[in-house]
Amino acid sequence: MSHNSTEKLVYMANQIATAFAAQKHEAAVEATRTHIKKFWDPRMRSKIAEHVAHGGEGLQPIAREALEGLQAPKAA
Amino acid sequence: MSLVHEIDYGTPASKSEKLVTLTIDGMTVQVPEGTSIMRAAMEVGNQIPKLCATDMLDAFGSCRLCLVEIEGRNGTPASCTTPVADGIVVKTQTERLKKIRKGVMELYISDHPLDCLTCSANGDCELQDMAGVVGLRDVRYGYQGENHTKLGKDESNPYFTYEKSKCIVCNRCVRACEEVQGTFALTISGRGFDSRVSPGMDESFLSSECVSCGACVQSCPTATLNEKAMYNIGTPEHSVVTTCAYCGVGCTFKAEMRGDELVRMVPYKDGKANRGHSCVKGRFAYGYAVHQDRILKPMIRSSIHEPWKEVSYEEAIQYAASEFKRIQEKYGKRSVGGITSSRCTNEETYLVQKLIRGGFGNNNVDTCARVCHSPTGYGLSVTYGTSAGTQDFDSIEESDVVLIIGANPTDGHPVFGSRLKKRLRQGAKLIVVDPRRTDVVRSPHIEAAYHLPLRPGTNVAIVTALAHVIVTEGLVNEQFVRERCDWEEFQEWAAFVAEERHSPEAVEKYTGVPADAVRGAARLYATGGNGAIYYGLGVTEHSQGSTTVIAIANLAMATGNIGRNGVGVNPLRGQNNVQGSCDMGSFPHELPGYRHISDDATRAAFEALWGVGLDDEPGLRIPNMFDAAVEGTYKGMYVQGEDILQSDPDTKHVSAGLAALECLVVQDLFLNETANYAHVFLPGCSFLEKDGTFTNAERRIQRIRKVMAPKNGYADWEVTQMLSNALGFPMNYSHPGEIMDEIAALTPSFAGVNYKLLDEMGSVQWPCNEKAPEGTPIMHIGGFVRGKGKFMLTEYVPTDEKTGPRFPLLLTTGRILSQYNVGAQTRRTENVVWHAEDVLEIHAHDAEVRGIRDGDFVKLDSRAGSTSLRAVISDRVAPGVVYTTFHHPVTQANVVTTDYSDWATNCPEYKVTAVQVSPSNGPTQWQEEYENLSRTSRRIAAE
Repeated sequence: MSHNSTEKLVYMANQIATAFAAQKHEAAVEATRTHIKKFWDPRMRSKIAEHVAHGGEGLQPIAREALEGLQAPKAA
Repeated sequence: MSLVHEIDYGTPASKSEKLVTLTIDGMTVQVPEGTSIMRAAMEVGNQIPKLCATDMLDAFGSCRLCLVEIEGRNGTPASCTTPVADGIVVKTQTERLKKIRKGVMELYISDHPLDCLTCSANGDCELQDMAGVVGLRDVRYGYQGENHTKLGKDESNPYFTYEKSKCIVCNRCVRACEEVQGTFALTISGRGFDSRVSPGMDESFLSSECVSCGACVQSCPTATLNEKAMYNIGTPEHSVVTTCAYCGVGCTFKAEMRGDELVRMVPYKDGKANRGHSCVKGRFAYGYAVHQDRILKPMIRSSIHEPWKEVSYEEAIQYAASEFKRIQEKYGKRSVGGITSSRCTNEETYLVQKLIRGGFGNNNVDTCARVCHSPTGYGLSVTYGTSAGTQDFDSIEESDVVLIIGANPTDGHPVFGSRLKKRLRQGAKLIVVDPRRTDVVRSPHIEAAYHLPLRPGTNVAIVTALAHVIVTEGLVNEQFVRERCDWEEFQEWAAFVAEERHSPEAVEKYTGVPADAVRGAARLYATGGNGAIYYGLGVTEHSQGSTTVIAIANLAMATGNIGRNGVGVNPLRGQNNVQGSCDMGSFPHELPGYRHISDDATRAAFEALWGVGLDDEPGLRIPNMFDAAVEGTYKGMYVQGEDILQSDPDTKHVSAGLAALECLVVQDLFLNETANYAHVFLPGCSFLEKDGTFTNAERRIQRIRKVMAPKNGYADWEVTQMLSNALGFPMNYSHPGEIMDEIAALTPSFAGVNYKLLDEMGSVQWPCNEKAPEGTPIMHIGGFVRGKGKFMLTEYVPTDEKTGPRFPLLLTTGRILSQYNVGAQTRRTENVVWHAEDVLEIHAHDAEVRGIRDGDFVKLDSRAGSTSLRAVISDRVAPGVVYTTFHHPVTQANVVTTDYSDWATNCPEYKVTAVQVSPSNGPTQWQEEYENLSRTSRRIAAE
């Protein structure tokens, strides 16, 4: 896997989305979003949010949709 | 203090509920039906003389010392083999019995060396005791006749001797090897006068199949099989009951001491995890605690290129604290973090996470469970509501079908492995899902009904195919599912698994497992009675580790195999306190008791007691820490008792992350591989030198007790406390018991736990609280912790780690019996005689096409890196699959593993790496460079 941090986060987000993909679309999006919010450190969420803001290249539809609805993390 | 003497009742307890009343020497005795007369007598304190009997073994009736008289019955039956009966009247001491016993002892002693005063078992010898008990005063036969007293010693085993001349051929060792350990390595060779205990076919102990569990030594009534430590040191004078610090079984031992020197570790019969058994690690491999490599003084350096400088604790702690403060000032509050240790106590891991959350002010805390069983925590939590296994180890005694997935219990969890094998010999059926033919698949008197040798990485496909058979062939326990689980979710799941693409026939092309074997295994698990699943890192350490745990949970629910003895879902935890470190809030997203950091009420409770505000955002997990370090946003780290450089995957990436840190504080017994990149070294202390608790794979909380002062001056929890105080986050505990009281006050599942209770009960399984004041051996009785059990869909997603022309083989990794994890402890013991280096198991076909012979040095390449090691040709692995261990830093198998990880938890995919193997004539460039770094980094400046 790439050690480039953004590429790696995209890969991880897609992995999560794929794991939930067997569910109905809405449920999969919500589960992906909740999982990322629950387990990702704020800097990882900020970085992927920035990537989404720049087009979100490489993100699968469920992951992209989940991330688009994800609130920005609070500062430390 | 004195020695802890356990009563030997002579024969095992009967499990019958029906009571029988009899009279023994005029006393009325009531015992369960099936109890031996010997045991019944001992129940009322009447010890009938014995030599071949011990309560760890079934009665044998060979020594003829335990004879009794029974009114109305002829002869003098052996009390060990004669069961009690209602109304019988037994006499254990009559003139006739005295005469017979004295005669028997005369015969034994006439062929026994009379060197009692210089014998290593002097004072610890049942033969000596019995000579006294029967009043033996002379031996009429003399000692001139043919005898065995000049036979030699077998000293090949590093830990014990076999002194043939002292053997009385009581068979206890042979029976212990069979009944307790289940290895069948010993026998009696010869007949009549020539009878002698023989390892294998008259081999030495070391070259035989003996696994050095110590059961034979434990059972030997003479000095025939005796610890070398007893020979070298002498007999112990006091003992302390404590818990083993190796694997997640959590065996209870008596640390037998002379002064503050440990003479030997003896398994404790009252230990509820091990029931008096042990393995080679816990029983014998404790020498690392006094190894010359131990670092006993704190050290600091400003650069890893400088030699270490020994300093006082105060200077080291102040330096570490000032560095962490400087880094946070410069890079922000979330730029530092730490790792708690699954080898340390609950109290110590609790303190480290408390320091990080309260002292650093962030949640960048993680533990090595990240790289082993974090998918268990996730998978069982979402399906059942609890991040832990469902059973106690005793449960195996009621299992009818055992399904082992990705675990190698006879190597990784040997004492549980022995208990499992005992149940299998009693007739329980076995299914093994594993790419390798592990020992338990076929060993003496055991043969798996099904071995499903799947391609690495296809667990989800296989477990879902098992579910397909259960659903499509009508084997679901519908009553259980309707009562205990969400019915709608079940129906959705059942429709999903029933799809033809999940059938054994459909998945066979990528799992490599014949469909009929999968169908047979599924039918057996679903219909064979109590079905129990045991699994290990072969399940979790995959990109779909969490999905497989969920699939396993689904399988148990669908068949109703949850919530009673003999069934359940049982993760075999790797390290001694993996369960505990998770329970104690070592994960970055949750506080002790598995409560998410974003939960305001939970956080408020901790804030009130700790007197500090807590960050409500999850912190970095271990792999994320390395990424953030390389990226430059993570700069300082406190690592207690973990060797992440050797244990974590993709070593080059880990080393790059560690090298990027401005302050790495390592607290450990030794200058481990991680310490090569450290700036502050804080000496750790061994489990013998501190108080605390460990929690094993059964959720069993057990005490470890200090048997000697910390050689480095402080227990680990005291060092953490000093660091916390220096950071300005006060801690003032005077004993780990106070830390446990705080844990109990803040953690509902631990609310009833305290040291007094543990001393009274020996151990307790959480949840232990008002609802369950004596703990919870079996979880989910009558209902799941989360309410209704949750079925979840488990789509198989192939790993992205693909084989191809460059890397055509699949590497899977594991461990072996004699070594433990990164080997920091076991490599510093005599256990190296069994495993001095990591080797690569390769199938003959794959070896032949590459021109590799058995024992050749080979290069192992992957996309991540290369290493070299010796090849061993083996039919345990299928063609296309190779296997190695990760116990030795010179090999560093994790240079080869990749940073692919589980989708839910980032648990690394250690079990699947695409590799190529080729002949080699020496170490790789990485190995040479690392060896140089290691040598220069470990220099310590002269004072």
